[in-house]
Amino acid sequence: MTTTLEPLLRQHPLFADMDDDTIHRITGCAKNVRFRSGDVVARQGEAADQFFLIREGRIALEMPAPQGGAARLQTADAGDVVGWSWLVPPYHWHFDLRAVSEVRAFSIDGRCLREKCESDPRFGYQMMKQFSTLVADRLEATRLQLLDLYGSPGPGTHP
Amino acid sequence: MSNILHTPDPAALRLGTMLPEPFVVVERNEETADTFTLTLCPAGEGAARSFEPGQFNMLYAFGTGESAISISGSPEKTEGLVHTIRRVGTVTSALDRLVLGDVVGVRGPFGSPWPMNEARGRDLVFVSGGIGLAPLRPAILHALAHREDYGRIVILAGARSAPDVIYHEQLHSWMEESGVEVKLTVDQAGSGWHHHVGVVTTLIPRARFDSSNAIAMVCGPEIMMRFTAMELARAGLSDDQIFVTLERNMKCAVGICGHCQFGPGFICRDGPVFRFDRIRHWFSQREI
Repeated sequence: MTTTLEPLLRQHPLFADMDDDTIHRITGCAKNVRFRSGDVVARQGEAADQFFLIREGRIALEMPAPQGGAARLQTADAGDVVGWSWLVPPYHWHFDLRAVSEVRAFSIDGRCLREKCESDPRFGYQMMKQFSTLVADRLEATRLQLLDLYGSPGPGTHP
Repeated sequence: MSNILHTPDPAALRLGTMLPEPFVVVERNEETADTFTLTLCPAGEGAARSFEPGQFNMLYAFGTGESAISISGSPEKTEGLVHTIRRVGTVTSALDRLVLGDVVGVRGPFGSPWPMNEARGRDLVFVSGGIGLAPLRPAILHALAHREDYGRIVILAGARSAPDVIYHEQLHSWMEESGVEVKLTVDQAGSGWHHHVGVVTTLIPRARFDSSNAIAMVCGPEIMMRFTAMELARAGLSDDQIFVTLERNMKCAVGICGHCQFGPGFICRDGPVFRFDRIRHWFSQREI
């Protein structure tokens, strides 16, 4: 199984700058998964034992809305990485994940990857660098989203 | 810094440009809760006006005042001037009260256009935020009407939420066009929304275009345009491939009064469309 996944994993943008050995190690923790539109991929509070590299389709991050129903906070598409709770104690999902369409993805076993990070600090540092970039990008986008860019301008600013 | 100034057009200083001509409201569409579109035709024997994508008119709500409003219709259709307007102040609120048959004063068109000639043979990347899609629409319609002149057309549109998306039906019809990629995102959504959720800048890495041979045209709040320019640079575009349109309160619209001064230039006369490398220095100055 892993021998067929490795060349596919290599095509994912997350691994664009990674060496063969690193990708080989990650492949040992990877499997193919599929979700149907509407499937709950992960639920807030549950153990975050995995993260996802989307190959096709769209996954939404959701939270229960105060008015009822779910607020859709962000979406992730092909090429995106979903989830970093596997890397941060207590390793629980902070959001719900829902497939918005048919989704094909790689699921990476977070526990398996954490063990490899612990046993090989060089590999662990590489993972941390990769994911801290992702977290920083996501944080910047979230801050912009919080600005309410398209809200009404202040009184007196426009004729 | 490169010079952002255009050579002033002496004709623009003639008194005639200061006199509004009467136009009649012949069509009105509600786009969102606070945004509407008016189609205006000359009253009486007045002549129809041609314009270039990106230009604006000064619309005069009689008894209230004037406001600079981008032209948002097709430059191929000169029988009516189309303006999409957001109700944000006294003038735009007065324009919002207009009904079919009412008369509004029009001066224009004014300002620099989107670089449609320079963009020939290249991929076009349109990035809009909120009502920023309105000033871009004439450029999009022009590109679609002259499809053979351009490469891929990418339209990345952001809005606050689903009810705030303007030209909703048209965006979906553009999704069906061959060689046109439309991605729509909102900042806030419920579970019924199936497009993207997140800021519009996050769509740029997901879009397919040849960054070495693309022209990007960007319109939205200035902070959104600044982050969009950064993301376009990460995608491989240089500053001279990026064009933005700026907005300020305008009065004369011909570079005399100074209301819309931007660094050494005036947005009404030297803009509103600027090549990004020519204004980058001023764009990052908070006081300007």
